[in-house]
Amino acid sequence: MGRLRGALLPLAVFALLAAAPFLGLGAGYMLNLLARGMILGIAALSLWLLVGGGGLVSLGHAAMLGVGAYAVVVLDAAGVTEALVVLPAAVLVAALFALLTGAVAIGTSGVHFIMITLAFGQMAFFTAGALSAYGGDDGYTLYGRTTVLGARWPEDRLAFHYLCLGLLAATLGLVQVLLASRFGRVLRAAKENPQRAQALGFNPYPYRLAAYAIAGGIAGLAGLLLANATEFVAPSYLAWQRSGDLLFMVILGGLGAPHGAVLGALAIVLLEEWLAEWTEHWRLIFGPLLVLAVLFLRGGLAGLPAQLRALRRG
Amino acid sequence: MSTQLLLVQALNGLQFGVLLFLVAAGLTLVFGVMDFINLAHGVQYMLGAYLGASFAAWTGSFWPGLLLALPAALACGLLLEWLVFRHLYDRDHLSQVLATFGVILFLNQAVKLVWGTAPLQVPVPSLLEGGIALMPGLQYPVYRLAILAAGIATALLLWLLVERTRAGALVRAGASNRPMLAALGVDTGRLFMLVFGCGAMLAGFAGIMAAPILSVEPGMGDSVLILAFVVIVIGGIGSVRGAFVAALLVGLIETLGRSLMPDLMRLFLAPSPARQAGAALASMLVYVAMALILAARPRGLFPARAG
Amino acid sequence: MAEPILRLDGLRKRFGGLAVTDDVTLLVAPRGLHAVIGPNGAGKTTLIHQVSGTLRPDAGRIWFEGRDVTALPMHRRARLGLARSFQITSVLPGFSVLENVALAVQARQGSSFRFMRPAASEARLNAAALAALERMGLAARAAVPAGALSHGEKRQLELAIALALEPRLLLLDEPLAGTGPEEAERLIGILSTLKRDHAILLVEHDMQAVFALADVISVLVYGKVIATGAPDAIRADPQVRAAYLGEDAA
Repeated sequence: MGRLRGALLPLAVFALLAAAPFLGLGAGYMLNLLARGMILGIAALSLWLLVGGGGLVSLGHAAMLGVGAYAVVVLDAAGVTEALVVLPAAVLVAALFALLTGAVAIGTSGVHFIMITLAFGQMAFFTAGALSAYGGDDGYTLYGRTTVLGARWPEDRLAFHYLCLGLLAATLGLVQVLLASRFGRVLRAAKENPQRAQALGFNPYPYRLAAYAIAGGIAGLAGLLLANATEFVAPSYLAWQRSGDLLFMVILGGLGAPHGAVLGALAIVLLEEWLAEWTEHWRLIFGPLLVLAVLFLRGGLAGLPAQLRALRRG
Repeated sequence: MSTQLLLVQALNGLQFGVLLFLVAAGLTLVFGVMDFINLAHGVQYMLGAYLGASFAAWTGSFWPGLLLALPAALACGLLLEWLVFRHLYDRDHLSQVLATFGVILFLNQAVKLVWGTAPLQVPVPSLLEGGIALMPGLQYPVYRLAILAAGIATALLLWLLVERTRAGALVRAGASNRPMLAALGVDTGRLFMLVFGCGAMLAGFAGIMAAPILSVEPGMGDSVLILAFVVIVIGGIGSVRGAFVAALLVGLIETLGRSLMPDLMRLFLAPSPARQAGAALASMLVYVAMALILAARPRGLFPARAG
Repeated sequence: MAEPILRLDGLRKRFGGLAVTDDVTLLVAPRGLHAVIGPNGAGKTTLIHQVSGTLRPDAGRIWFEGRDVTALPMHRRARLGLARSFQITSVLPGFSVLENVALAVQARQGSSFRFMRPAASEARLNAAALAALERMGLAARAAVPAGALSHGEKRQLELAIALALEPRLLLLDEPLAGTGPEEAERLIGILSTLKRDHAILLVEHDMQAVFALADVISVLVYGKVIATGAPDAIRADPQVRAAYLGEDAA
């Protein structure tokens, strides 16, 4: 029963997203916004796997997304747009970047980990800015979207919408399967009590590193989608503020369950848009909202129903 | 590259290093004593620069601007501590990161609203204008030397405060063994405010001093903040001495890397790709250095906490 | 005595100027219960930490089943069959009771780098976990989150986890700490069955329990072992009475 109720919220959100084009949200601008929300939802899910699953608070996650996006750029400049090449390239390169930086970062813990992931993120950011063959600081406009077996259907807004939705659902499923597996069990145990995990004979390091690389690969997929959605890639994708945004999505959604990340991503993308329409100084409102959310909304959005139920019961 | 140019770049690196130290010192103390990650420390630096620029324009001179901006920066820091930060001391690092990130978003935007997005220029104070001949044919701006001197003097003062005063002893005790502070019956609330205020004022001071040589613009605190993080991670969190050594190191690597790397690459590559590869490598250099140092010493060069 | 399962050889550990473990040499037999007692601050917990691998000794060697494990980290020692319980209970509060034990079974059986199959539906893990819970009398609580157990039940769960690892040697750090008389009695019953087919190194405050359970007792005072022997011999040892039991009698 509790399990059913827990699944109700994500199911409703996915149903709404699926129906969105027929609910008067079919305008190009609205679909673009929703696609952005879903893509960042995929990225936030990968970060959730680290923070909620492994207790690894990364402040450099945007770099993984950016590496995926720049893989698309490099291939695009070489005239390659076929998904069969671009997709594995984006995912693998991002996973490899995660594996290499993670190998150093995972050796540390707590605040060191936060700062080192931040520093590696900055390293990737400055490197992207120095790639003058790919536009440097000004960014790079893609010649065209990624094609699937030569077909150009991802250019169709509606098709792209459902592509993103399908991949978002698949990612959510993947994260849940990972958490429930033997691997996920060790990862969660190392988060709850590292000493206990070690006393059982588990060295947390390889499990955390594997999670970090997997999360990097998923974020690389999000980067590929984001590059396609905007048909433009710039170093600002990798800026540490983007990493902060992703972390905020995860926390706003709540660490109780992975679907929180999806809720958080959609909520923030829509809120940003709504505030930005209202005033160009929307960050004046967004910043304090973030502070208030941290101080008062401890279970996140996914925990809100339970929190409200508890309130009603007194 | 000539020796003279190398010397100039090295001096620039040291001068950037002492500015970094002023920002990093507050960050490392606040973290060491309170276990509090303050991402918003960089905006203290930015606020210092803006306040210094405004007061200098208002009074028509750098010096009264400096004198007015310092207490104003302190007041801003204490206000933030009272409004937001003190509610975060007993929360986890993740909450601290996010809430202080929210403060950055707000203040960066507020600065744009108040002062506009165009960079402000602050003239070099007339007392310190012009250059000085360090050796025949080598002129170096007096103001930059003044920054170097002021930074080193502040570092010495801070060292004396931490090593020789009662409050300093408490700060050191807190950095090496936090539960001991409470056990000693120290009023931690007041100590935290003191440390926080000092840190905010140091960062503000760095901002004011940097104003005449850098452009004062929104978001200027962010890149300094991240380098300051690198500094305290390399130096060992909670250690003022470590922060000083690491700040000079980072300042030198950053500055020398940018000027030497493209030349170095030209030994292997054609001019255009050499420039590109050099620039890319130079911007990575600090982080590569950090990764190497941490791989060898995971707790930094001068770890403050035992065990 | 048969070849000892654990041999501590001249172990030393100092904190600042204080020698907390001072030239400790100790042999633990491959069967039965070996208790380490000593007044507060004698260095019992520090000793357990060095054996389990959370602390590295400054000098001396630790031999486990004839192998030098002094430099091995905790997780490697656990893999060799050295299981420990913690003085402050440290079960995984967010995991169910069954999952806590199933994780221990998983640590012993097969690879944990399996990403797809839900671990909670692996009959092999669950059956072994349930068996360990039954031995500890906790089977009825299998589905409850471990954080919701009573203190005594958490103690039992700690033992079930350690058992599920099928260890060669059980290190128990004050398993009776903080339990009420009834819970303590039940735990003592469990320990006396366990010691029949396990080697146990026990650190404990509860003297009654130690003298009822132990086959061998070592007395630790200020980091030094002052006596080792059968319970009766320890009770009669004048040095022990002076240094330790005397305090209790007075």
